Amino acid sequence: MDKPIIELNSLNFWYGPKQALFDVNVQIAPHRTTAFIGPSGCGKSTLLRCLNRMNDLIDGTRVAGNLTFNGQDIYAAEVDVIELRKRIGMVFQKSNPFPKSIFDNVAYGLRIQGMTNKDELNERVAASLRKAALWDEVKDRLDESALMLSGGQQQRLCIARAIAVEPEIVLMDEPCSALDPTATAKIEELIQDLEQYYTIIIVTHNMQQAARCSDFTAFFYLGRLIEFDGTSKIFTNPANKQTEDYITGRFG
Amino acid sequence: MKARLFTLATGGATFLAVAMVFVILGNIVWHGIGQISPHFVFGGTKEGMFDAATAGVFPMIFGTLALVLLMTLGVVPVGVTTAVYLNEYARSHSPVTRVIRGAINNLAGVPSIVFGLFGLGFFVQFVGGGLDNMFYGGQLHYRKPALIWASATMAVMTLPVVIVATEEALKAVPKGLREASLALGATKLETIWKIVLPEALPGVITGAILAIGRGAGEVAPIMFTGAAYYLAHLPTNWTDQFMHLGYHVFVLSTQSPDIERTKPILYGSVLVLLAVTFLLNLAGVLVRARIRSRMRHG
Amino acid sequence: MELHFDQELAGAKELLLRMSSLAEDAVALALKGLVGRDDALAQRVHDGDTQLDELQKQIDERCVELIALRQPKARDLRFLIVTMKIAAELERVGDQAVNIAHRTFQLDREPQLKPFIDIPRLADLARGMVHDALDAFVYGKPDLAKEIILRDDRADLIETQLHRELTSFMLEDPHTITRAMNLMGVAHNLERIADHATNIAEEVVYLYEARDIRHQHE
Repeated sequence: MDKPIIELNSLNFWYGPKQALFDVNVQIAPHRTTAFIGPSGCGKSTLLRCLNRMNDLIDGTRVAGNLTFNGQDIYAAEVDVIELRKRIGMVFQKSNPFPKSIFDNVAYGLRIQGMTNKDELNERVAASLRKAALWDEVKDRLDESALMLSGGQQQRLCIARAIAVEPEIVLMDEPCSALDPTATAKIEELIQDLEQYYTIIIVTHNMQQAARCSDFTAFFYLGRLIEFDGTSKIFTNPANKQTEDYITGRFG
Repeated sequence: MKARLFTLATGGATFLAVAMVFVILGNIVWHGIGQISPHFVFGGTKEGMFDAATAGVFPMIFGTLALVLLMTLGVVPVGVTTAVYLNEYARSHSPVTRVIRGAINNLAGVPSIVFGLFGLGFFVQFVGGGLDNMFYGGQLHYRKPALIWASATMAVMTLPVVIVATEEALKAVPKGLREASLALGATKLETIWKIVLPEALPGVITGAILAIGRGAGEVAPIMFTGAAYYLAHLPTNWTDQFMHLGYHVFVLSTQSPDIERTKPILYGSVLVLLAVTFLLNLAGVLVRARIRSRMRHG
Repeated sequence: MELHFDQELAGAKELLLRMSSLAEDAVALALKGLVGRDDALAQRVHDGDTQLDELQKQIDERCVELIALRQPKARDLRFLIVTMKIAAELERVGDQAVNIAHRTFQLDREPQLKPFIDIPRLADLARGMVHDALDAFVYGKPDLAKEIILRDDRADLIETQLHRELTSFMLEDPHTITRAMNLMGVAHNLERIADHATNIAEEVVYLYEARDIRHQHE
């Protein structure tokens, strides 16, 4: 593995008095897709949201341990969360396009960063929509409301919106759980294409999805990391019995 | 059998309620429609105010609209800002928040006459007096009933309505939109300004419509703070007093020398007041509908 | 539309084609060594077999991985299963070529018993069957595969003929027994190669028509 882009060392996390993550140690490889899997409530979404500090929005949360991004501790006092989120983007479970035009959605992040030049905006929006495999379907109707798109298209729009600002990492929190199989397949293909540009971390409760589109898989249970290895190893010969039980559906 | 009785009872109650509205409206229209004429609506008070043939209510219409406009300009920014603070920034169970909410609830329950006295004591005498002392060397400019003070009083009175309506609208904005914006590296303020408020706009307008409804109709708060029952000319400055449809009706019904003679003017004025209120509401509803449809279809 | 999975399937296919080409070459080289009485060629066949074994392991590992990771269905699933089976057949074809090479060493110690006529004929038939079977696999020709299966009878016939002829040699002159036995062994090896080609052909039919036609023509 190249030098990891994210490193977690003994990461612990609490929602108020309740501890949700226990001593998590993991290294995320750059330009690869890493999947977090595990049964409901195992802490995978919580961990994901620690990476771009979205958990800060919830009252009473506490972090202990080390979480570094490119070697820098992201919970250090001098870290600008706003800047952090420009470099670590997120796509959510339920697609959440803004009630604006398709163009304005993708351009939102760019405009916030101060981009006003029309040509530049047009170019960046088109490039993002192309990378998100949505360009052909919307190129003639960029001014239409984003809410007119189908569920799968909306989620691809959200992906285009997130990558428009050229983050280093894209976090995906169960991006396909609200979509039908065809839309899901399109996005899984897309994830494999996007690897060349970004590091992708995806949380999924569908382990087959993790098998299909990730290079590394981390299996969590009750807030602990049980096993972390290449996806191929995890799904053909996991080292841990709990992992094997989960993979083969013999859990619980 | 029980179901039918229930349907009958609820239908009957509904009918009763609707019928009341029609009875009231009908009574007003019946007695007032005769008074409505271009001269009545657009004429002034140059000739006798108490004479049915010569009375005109244009100054009252003008004053009412001016009051409503200034009130809205005051209450909407303050109300929206307060609602934004409460919903987006305040920690829901902190003592400070609870105090603020308590204050808003209490404000909503204050009788309108109390607002009138408050307006007189605080705005006219305290604030007005202070301004006169600071900028006019004691000369009388602000320390008197004026359009600005009546508007301010009405703004304070309608504040709870705007705050509540705006808060409801803000709560209705899905959390996902805020998250999406923040995840792109927007600040909280940018998110509120660019995403949340635009989405909540129809609700804010609802609050404004409700406020306007009260502003056009309430009399007690403006009696001491700016309304006058007879002025020779329209107000030209916000330090002027103004005439008001609701106040005019009050005056007509309590001060007129001959109640029979002024009855038609009374009903005419009420009808005009209702019409103005209705049109203001309608304008608000249309604006809100237009904004909603533009939000749906981009 | 082409998926990333399609590229991975193409990779597995390429491995199998590489293996088939090596297996075919092994048989050709073994025959050349036999007919030319060339121990050096036979030695090359012997040494080259490890490569075939390695490829089979590689192919199996890859196919298992793809099945675990991609949950293939329908034709994709049949493709991966058939690929593993064909690899097994090709590995045994390689083993048969090695057997022929070993017999070449034995035969080269004594003078040639008779001119090589039928054995090269059988060899061409068997090699053709293997080659065509892989063609049918690559180009999706189940009908060609079915035709290969019919050729197996001819291979059996030639082997039986050779067996009879060599038996009569042995009865006439006991000094020919060692050589005749080895030649019978070679004929048997070639007939086994034809059988493996038949098996491959049956798998090809399964891949493209989803029908299991094994154990019918015996």
